[in-house]
Amino acid sequence: MPLPPSTRPAPRVRIHPLGDTALLAELGTRLDTALNTRAIALAAALKKRRDVRQAVAGYTGVTVHFDPDQTTPDVLGAAIKRLAAKRPPMAEPGRLHRIPVVYEGPDLEEVAARLKLSPQRIVELHSRPIYRVFLVGFVPGWAYLGPLPEELELPRRHVPRTQVPAGSVAIAGRQTGIYPLPTPGGWHLIGRTSVKLFLPDSDPPCLFRAGDRVKFFAAKS
Amino acid sequence: MTTVLRVIEPGLLTTVQDLGRPHAIAAGVQPGGAMDRFAHRAANLVAGNPEGDATLECTLTGPQVVAEHSCLVAITGADLDPRVNGQAAPMWTGIFLGQGDRLTFGGRRAGGRAYIAIAGGIEADRWLGSASTNLMAARGGLHGRNLKAGDQISTAREATRPAVSGHHLIERLRPQYFDHTLHAIAGPHVKRLDAQGRGLLFGATFKVSREADRMGYRLDGPRLATSGEELLSFGLTAGAVQVPHGGQPILLMADHQTAGGYPVVATVVSASMPIAAQLVPGDELDFKEVTLERARQMRLSLAAALETLR
Repeated sequence: MPLPPSTRPAPRVRIHPLGDTALLAELGTRLDTALNTRAIALAAALKKRRDVRQAVAGYTGVTVHFDPDQTTPDVLGAAIKRLAAKRPPMAEPGRLHRIPVVYEGPDLEEVAARLKLSPQRIVELHSRPIYRVFLVGFVPGWAYLGPLPEELELPRRHVPRTQVPAGSVAIAGRQTGIYPLPTPGGWHLIGRTSVKLFLPDSDPPCLFRAGDRVKFFAAKS
Repeated sequence: MTTVLRVIEPGLLTTVQDLGRPHAIAAGVQPGGAMDRFAHRAANLVAGNPEGDATLECTLTGPQVVAEHSCLVAITGADLDPRVNGQAAPMWTGIFLGQGDRLTFGGRRAGGRAYIAIAGGIEADRWLGSASTNLMAARGGLHGRNLKAGDQISTAREATRPAVSGHHLIERLRPQYFDHTLHAIAGPHVKRLDAQGRGLLFGATFKVSREADRMGYRLDGPRLATSGEELLSFGLTAGAVQVPHGGQPILLMADHQTAGGYPVVATVVSASMPIAAQLVPGDELDFKEVTLERARQMRLSLAAALETLR
């Protein structure tokens, strides 16, 4: 059944230049699924324009890379405001991914102690919601998932690890994610998955897309 | 096509690059491509290639190569003292290499990255629409890695024009790499700096730290204090100057992370990125605030310089 269209007023758009070949169009600043849906729709509409090289949806806005020989930031900014004022398309639920997690991460005990919860409770809380893919980016295959239950909210580690193994399932703030490649990282590692997030020989080369939904479930090691 | 060069010594970091894969950023893949796009394009145009052909980007030290087959090459960008059979070779100029000729580099004299184009282009792996080497994903370029001794470099096709040496970019149109002023436009989060911070950003001298690579440069110098709540992550661009918690700015370069949540206080304009690309650890630089109109004029003047080569 189609979801009812959003009845919220169209957000006010703020346009900021990012140099002379890109700009940032901000629809808002809050962590909000409706704002993110609008950002993804706006990015999709902008990608169809000839003067736009690429449009990347963030949590609450769109970064637009444009051809400066075909447009100016003023012209493009006005077009963005017109597009953003339109009622967004029906929010279709994104694809659902079920991801098995072995909840034996090196930080699980410490996270449990800091939150005054049992490790078992951490697992229950983390695997309960259906998360949204708010944004794909940072490194190839990385996706910012959320919102994480409030009970699991912790600031990032003070000292980031210089190398986090690929497949690590991590939390920080109201977000969760999976490290697709061995990279440095400051999030708390609570588990691992064998699911490959970065698929270099596919196009797009990543499993998750903005707007997809992700459900974790506990698996045996 | 034809194997033209054999690598004797690869140099510190020599990779195949073109104009990158801007479409892949939506999947979180670094855009990549030549750090100094002006030098890259000029090298190709001097060699009679389309400007988007693959070139070799040579970092700090150049490679030693020997011609397996006669070919025309062009060397642009940083002055690493190019030599053919020991004799100084002109830069920004088409050079003919006969079979057995040896191209070497004496040492760095100015800048950080030189580009070698070969008439007929360079045969390379393409990944997500580009031949640029992505070392993190180990894809693109020469098997997704930097050059090593024994590698053979082949042309992508027969050179479309007859190989004529001596075609060159005239001296006064070559970039002034010694002037380390990076022209920049105030960023989306510049208001998170206080008046003193903004004064420092566009007034103080910064220095490229040792943490400087194709992803970006951490800058030493005054710390920039930012205020405000944590930002939600958004898409980034090369040239963005982000300020993490400690206040040490980072200038994002070609292999930058595609998204992040640190305040962006300025973005270096496209016409200044070739200058930024030639900076090496220890180099001093200043940011100078410019208008979009000035950025457009600078961009057009670089485009006009390249137009003289077509």
